[in-house]
Amino acid sequence: MSVDTVSLTGWGRTAPTTAVRFRPRTYEEAAAVVRGRGPRGALARGLGRAPGDAAQNAGGSVLDMTGLDRVRALDEEAATVRCDAGVTLDRLLRILLSRGLFLPVVPGTGRITVGGAIGSDVHGQDHPGAGSLARHVDALELLTADGEVRTVTPGTALFDATTGGLGLTGVILSAALRLKRVTTPLVSVSTERATDLDDLLARFTAAGSDRSPYASAWIDLLARGRATGRGVLTRGEHAPSSVLPAHARRTMRAPRTVEPDRRPTGPLLPGGLLGRTATALLNEVRYRSAPRARTGELRTTAAFFHASDALPDANRLYGRAGLVRYRFTVGYGQEETLHRVVRRISARRCPAFRAELQRFGAAGAGLLSFPAPGWTLAVDLPAALPGLARFLDGLDDEVAAAGGRVCLAQDARMRPETAAAMYPGLGAFRELRAELDPTGAFRSDLARRLAL
Amino acid sequence: MKDAFGAPQSLLVLGGTSEIALATARRLIALRTRRVWLAGRPSPALDAAAVELRDRGADVRTVAFDALDPGAHEEVLGKVFAEGDIDVVLMAFGIAGDQARDEEEPLAAVRVAQTNYTGAVSAGLVCAGALQAQGHGSLVVLSSVAGERARRADFIYGSSKAGLDTFAQGLGDALQGTGVQVMVVRPGPVRTRALAGRPEQPLSTTPEAVAGAIVTGLRRRSETVWVPGSLRVVMSALRHAPRPLFRRLPL
Repeated sequence: MSVDTVSLTGWGRTAPTTAVRFRPRTYEEAAAVVRGRGPRGALARGLGRAPGDAAQNAGGSVLDMTGLDRVRALDEEAATVRCDAGVTLDRLLRILLSRGLFLPVVPGTGRITVGGAIGSDVHGQDHPGAGSLARHVDALELLTADGEVRTVTPGTALFDATTGGLGLTGVILSAALRLKRVTTPLVSVSTERATDLDDLLARFTAAGSDRSPYASAWIDLLARGRATGRGVLTRGEHAPSSVLPAHARRTMRAPRTVEPDRRPTGPLLPGGLLGRTATALLNEVRYRSAPRARTGELRTTAAFFHASDALPDANRLYGRAGLVRYRFTVGYGQEETLHRVVRRISARRCPAFRAELQRFGAAGAGLLSFPAPGWTLAVDLPAALPGLARFLDGLDDEVAAAGGRVCLAQDARMRPETAAAMYPGLGAFRELRAELDPTGAFRSDLARRLAL
Repeated sequence: MKDAFGAPQSLLVLGGTSEIALATARRLIALRTRRVWLAGRPSPALDAAAVELRDRGADVRTVAFDALDPGAHEEVLGKVFAEGDIDVVLMAFGIAGDQARDEEEPLAAVRVAQTNYTGAVSAGLVCAGALQAQGHGSLVVLSSVAGERARRADFIYGSSKAGLDTFAQGLGDALQGTGVQVMVVRPGPVRTRALAGRPEQPLSTTPEAVAGAIVTGLRRRSETVWVPGSLRVVMSALRHAPRPLFRRLPL
């Protein structure tokens, strides 16, 4: 087990703090770290993709879980997989696809670990139908404060606290997931352009729109006037094998060896490229180059779900101060709030390149789980923008007034009182934590900041 | 914890009656700061400062602290840190002294040096250790442009600030990679209430301006902050002026 002292940040590269990082390779080593923790506690960390401080523990121990990366059992008949928490979704997807299987929920990046995905209860573009990841978890192995490993199953209070629990109930060591079957590794994509936000929302909910399970839209937040909130809506469904030519159908499921990921990593791009003008230009090009309406385009799953992963270190584009992600949800019927938020961002001319609108279905049982029925918008903004802190506080107030909430796992700046107002499950979560872990063995900077 | 914009939730002010420190505290309370410790010699002014900040919605506590008693620093500051994380420590104590009198009375000059330099070294090291243990935080050190180059008019004060400035720079380098940021703030002559009525000096500034620069510096995680910013350029020229010339300058 390697041990070092490192300065850690989230994907947003804001608010660095220092911790002792352990990299356990077995469950026993992980348990030893938790038992031997110092007064500032321990916390599991995956690939550090949370934009904020969810996977940081200043002055304490951080367990880098990427060393625990074995796929323990894959049952092709029952379509289930049991794997360590440090397995990345990218790798798992490649293994599963070669066997005609697929993850039940695919978030916007593949470069996260299974443990991290459960800890933040990730959702995919098909949330209205599939729910968040917790709905597809059969069992978890959780390392708790006493250094023991417990098996946690759905329906228990500990399960509901752990899924979406931001690693504060313990260290997830492994998970058993229910999978779904696909016949091809391709997605049949339809694209349509919407001229403003009303048009976009109408297209989202248009009749027959539930035929394609996956739907998400990019919003041009720099468009002004009548075009405010214009965007490009992309839907997808897993392509049936009939769309493939005959020879491809035979070889489709053939490759059993899994190619290692050869995409480049490392700082390839100079920082601070995304200014207001550059972003406005890029957005204009992106909007105009999207087809007005196109159906039946075939894309690989990687290109459809994880197009943004193709650009390594995209977070560096936001400059030295880093980026802040603002992800919130407001219920159906609160479209006026969504309009207002979009208008405010657009009026402020924030250089927002990544801005993603999706729909949520029924909420899960996770106490701190983010998804709730309604619309969700995620925007990446450069942290260096003057006055951004106060601007986002203002958006918080709008969202809270509409009964919505801001995503905890992606937060880096909320006020503790706002978080408490947005998450009614927080009281129960605190009680359970106080009972299970009275000494506060599992702590994070996020939990300290928001007094979770 | 500090948020993504460097706004702290807890603040410890050493020299709790300093105008710059209180202006900074007011700004930080308007952002995220909820817990404030004011450390200083017990006085009505310290209590009044606490009351004023309390009215702005912060949980303010005072603690007796004397820069001239370094033996007690460890104990006093240790108690503060034991009560919870401190996100920003603002070292704002210091005395300007009276150059003319101090030249006549060596003991008075020593008092300036002990307050501004040795007191700050002791308190700075204690705070740095505590911040390092918690793995995050900023130590903001109020230096002065007077420490950048010795002037006939205030070299006793200037030399103490020069020592402090060098100490803080070195401490910042020593703490690289520990998660602790040391920020050196070099204001020009500050128009405080104590100096009201004196003739205005060039490139002077106000406590409010210094406070604004400190908040910005925390957001940008700066290592050195000049107030006003143009001082950086002016001083980089003055630093290299030959001494016969510098002596003749009307500074």
